[in-house]
Amino acid sequence: MSTTAKSASEAKLPGNLQGNRRLSQWLRIAPEGTVTVTSGKVEIGQGILTALAQIAAEELDVNLGRILLVPAATPTSPNEGVTSGSLSIQDSGTALRYACAETRAIYLAEAAAELGVNVDSLKVEDGTITAPNGRRTSYWALADDALLDREATGSVAPKPPSAYKIVGQSMPRVDLPDKVFGLPRFIQDLVLPGMLYGQVVRPASRAARLVSVDDAAVDAMPGVVAVVRDGSFLGVLADREEVAVKAAEALAASAKWDERDTLPDMGNLPAWLRASPHESKVIDDRASDAKPARTFSATYSRPFSAHASIGPSCSLAQWKGYKSVTVWTHSQGVYNLRADLALALGLAPEAVEVRHVEGAGCYGHNPADDVALDAALLARAADERPVRVLWAREDELGWAPYGPTMAIDVSAGIDANGNVVQWTLENYSNGHSTRPGRADKPALLAAGHLEKPFEMPLAINPPMPAGGSERNAVPLYDFPGRRVVCHRVLDMPLRASALRSLGALANVFAIESFMDELAQAAGADPVEYRLRHLTDPRGRSVIEAAARRANWRAWKKTEGRGHGIAFAKYKNLGAYCAVVAEVEAEQEIRVRRLVIAVDVGLVVNPDGVANQLEGGAIQAVSQTLKEAVRFDRRRVVSNTWEDYPILRFSEVPEVIVEIVNRPNERSVGSGEGAAGPTAGAIGNAVFDALGVRIRDLPITPERIVTAIG
Amino acid sequence: MSEEIRFTVNGAERAVRAAQNTPLVYVLRNDLGLRGTRLGCGVNQCGACHVLLDGQSVPSCDTPLWAAAGKKVVTIEGLGTPQRAHRLQRAFVAEQAGQCAYCLSGIMISAEALLARTPDPTEAEVREALDRHLCRCGTHNRIVRAVLRAAKEAA
Ligand code: FES
Ligand code: FES
Repeated sequence: MSTTAKSASEAKLPGNLQGNRRLSQWLRIAPEGTVTVTSGKVEIGQGILTALAQIAAEELDVNLGRILLVPAATPTSPNEGVTSGSLSIQDSGTALRYACAETRAIYLAEAAAELGVNVDSLKVEDGTITAPNGRRTSYWALADDALLDREATGSVAPKPPSAYKIVGQSMPRVDLPDKVFGLPRFIQDLVLPGMLYGQVVRPASRAARLVSVDDAAVDAMPGVVAVVRDGSFLGVLADREEVAVKAAEALAASAKWDERDTLPDMGNLPAWLRASPHESKVIDDRASDAKPARTFSATYSRPFSAHASIGPSCSLAQWKGYKSVTVWTHSQGVYNLRADLALALGLAPEAVEVRHVEGAGCYGHNPADDVALDAALLARAADERPVRVLWAREDELGWAPYGPTMAIDVSAGIDANGNVVQWTLENYSNGHSTRPGRADKPALLAAGHLEKPFEMPLAINPPMPAGGSERNAVPLYDFPGRRVVCHRVLDMPLRASALRSLGALANVFAIESFMDELAQAAGADPVEYRLRHLTDPRGRSVIEAAARRANWRAWKKTEGRGHGIAFAKYKNLGAYCAVVAEVEAEQEIRVRRLVIAVDVGLVVNPDGVANQLEGGAIQAVSQTLKEAVRFDRRRVVSNTWEDYPILRFSEVPEVIVEIVNRPNERSVGSGEGAAGPTAGAIGNAVFDALGVRIRDLPITPERIVTAIG
Repeated sequence: MSEEIRFTVNGAERAVRAAQNTPLVYVLRNDLGLRGTRLGCGVNQCGACHVLLDGQSVPSCDTPLWAAAGKKVVTIEGLGTPQRAHRLQRAFVAEQAGQCAYCLSGIMISAEALLARTPDPTEAEVREALDRHLCRCGTHNRIVRAVLRAAKEAA
């Protein structure tokens, strides 16, 4: 290999091109007039695919309708790790932008040679390439797979934002029409020839071991094909879905379990967090000699929270001669899942093929990966027939990974003018990720229930600067003295993993609540108090925009009503977002209005940004006012919608979204940016309405009654 | 135990041989291939599976097959098709009223029942009519706007 070739192959390429360097891994130009884009990213209900299609259409100069997005699958897609809402546009979008710009240049060079003109004189419109003399050709006429069978160089600059015609426009979601007509698009709708229905009976409690079960009686039920038992993993296969459900109920009724207490006292989770073994990490430490005139401290907390998607997790699996298996999944990372399935099933990764199919709303690490192992295990008893498994609602709420409980201690010293001179934050939390594909043991639920069980790996925090429990633990304000310490709890009685915004919701709730407590001590207006501590111009402008749009200064205080503001820069490197919440407090808290100002850099699809932000904010209202996973010392008991209520139509506030467009700043994701500020703004509005400070989420009527005393 | 049950689905006569107490949702999805009706909880708590039964919006997960005998069932596929879209389907696309969209089939069915009895509903009436439907993606306000938009279009 020559030296030049070597250095080319080692050149650092933009975004996820770095790890997936061949252009053909990203796109294909087809003679029939289409562009196939094979992103490793998957649609998780946030319109990511629409945004990626816009990027490809923009750089290639073709109409959006020509872009076909191929679902991710091993082994053909680029390995882009896990799709988590906020990162997709950053990593995948950047790679695709460069890959498409380079593809355009390659095709233009071909066209120039064919038409006998200079490359720079060519124009492209919807894939048709025209020379100044009127002669033309097109991508489709020139289509040749060999042209893209090469490594990207990353040397062709994408368009400047000022030239954008498609990116930056509100585009209708590419997947929505199918869904409003009820066309079968979800994995839950997928039917394979000869398919059997599988159902799993989960243990009676967290540490329960199966002692006995009357499988013969269930096996004899008409329509039951097999009862599967492997240690404490118990399931059934049937020829009809309702038969599988009934048979699972019968199995559960006859199963005897050996149970024991393993869960902490739900009534005092902060005490459990502090008492558990933990590993401490100082993530910010800046000394200052400034002497505070007064000091304050407070402790905040959040409970375990559930994903609670409306569509239960689902997967299909089919074996070929016990040697290889194909799995259909709505996992966020097909390669990560493949690695863990291989570990759990004792196969080489190459013997596992994982194909992505869209699922219902995904807000983090939900049971998509778990149900894939369930399907693969049950399908082993299906004699090469495909098996479909759909989790029961109780399991979806009761056995999914949860967003972990956190306790956050904040203290600060203010000077004679009320300005913060010292700030300390310490939080306690499990790590925020038990995603698959990261350890030498499979992080899949059923793997822990097998005859030869695998221990569930302990939750880790994703690396900094995004972090997990560290996420947004460092405030963006310019405090002279600052210390932030994160204690990762090393005991994991309930599986903890990534739920939308990870640690940011609780950290921002704590920081922004405490900022209001300090503003009050300083006798300052909350908006003014934040601005005095913030020099970042983009941060200042979203706070000002939200205050202006909400008419903050003209607010008239009336009995039982309050308003509050909160702000954060998501992950301290993503979207800037400020939220003003207006609440009414009667028997319970009603959020009447949210005014959100956001800066996500260059906006790819404005309506998509508004839709995602609004959705994220409404979900955060639900978490702030209602949600907590409840359990006794053995089992989770909040496993129906009655026991785990979420915000309903009649309770949803009006939401106004104002987008501050920054065409020359990098695009960042928007789905999760509003979560923390929404929680903080509601807490502050409740204080404004009632004069009581609720520091523990959720802000329930019981907590308010106790606080009022 | 399993006998033939006849009923009308989206205007066509259908006969199904299945146990009488089979929840209607499984018959629609698996026997009749109408998978637009989504299953969310199976116990009448989320609204994902609603269909019209003689014009009433009911949870098909909690409706046994026998209760549909001789009746008229309308599913999301019966509201309209890409070629002949129903006004609700047009309005939901126009308002981009969906994120994951898993909740939408049941919601559009209840919206249709609402518009049949209250052609020009207030926003509060729409919210009340949809209150038994859960949406986790937080698309509620767009959905309400879409129903109000559809109401403005003649049926
Ligand atoms: S699936 Fe029928 S109401 Fe939830
Ligand atoms: S749009 Fe996802 S649940 Fe409603």
